[in-house]
Amino acid sequence: MGPGGAVICMAPTHPQPDAGRLEIQSSRDDIDMVEKVILEAAQRHGYQDASCFAIRLAVEEALVNAFHHGHRDLPKSTPVSINYQVNPQRICIVIEDQGPGFDVETLPDPTAEENLQRPTGRGVLLIRAYMTRVKFSKNGSRIEMTYEQMSN
Amino acid sequence: MASGDSRLRVKQDNSVTIIEFIDRNILDEANIQLIGEEIAALIEAEPEPKLLISFANVDHLSSAALGTLITVNNKIRNSEGLLRLSDIDPQIYEVFVITKLHKLFEIHPTTEQALASFN
Repeated sequence: MGPGGAVICMAPTHPQPDAGRLEIQSSRDDIDMVEKVILEAAQRHGYQDASCFAIRLAVEEALVNAFHHGHRDLPKSTPVSINYQVNPQRICIVIEDQGPGFDVETLPDPTAEENLQRPTGRGVLLIRAYMTRVKFSKNGSRIEMTYEQMSN
Repeated sequence: MASGDSRLRVKQDNSVTIIEFIDRNILDEANIQLIGEEIAALIEAEPEPKLLISFANVDHLSSAALGTLITVNNKIRNSEGLLRLSDIDPQIYEVFVITKLHKLFEIHPTTEQALASFN
């Protein structure tokens, strides 16, 4: 069962889909655990090194954004939720924080010449670059990221 | 040199300070902050610092690590020093390209080529 109670049906010859819901607090160990769970599922479903690199980077950036920006004014113990579904075709990860959100459209372009020397503001750019689809909702406090396996 | 809680290996090649990372993954915020502070101390130790940062051991990095590199670059510019990066894995180099930071940094394929570029 994945986000929203969706069930993925697969042909019996394929590996079974992996899905789950996690809640974590702001700690390196918790973030590492989420990345490990999702990447192990990805590897079980045949995702190669380049895909795992992309997924790990996107999850890392989204979780760090959730805690650093979303939960900036909230207690450190406030949890972030992660729903994930992995099957051989795609990986869908939904990360939701409990902060006030933000307007993703107002983020400055970190690749603009005048912003290249700014040390922050590249997380969303990297998520968009590495994932197939990215959708923000709930005023920016919820990000849905989909990575599709390229067919051979 | 790599002592105590240091996240770096530091060695000297004539006037160039060569820095390597101990960690394969540069993701942890506390470690990234420590790395930034260690490199800042190296920059402050020289009047016109020449730094070569090798990514030979690095498999993953985050935008927070890129931010620290940019801060290092700004500090070196302010000190009228020179910074070179080298040995960046193709997957990580792609991160530099996506962020266009390959335009900001002088990046060389190998440590030897980066060392030669200081002359």
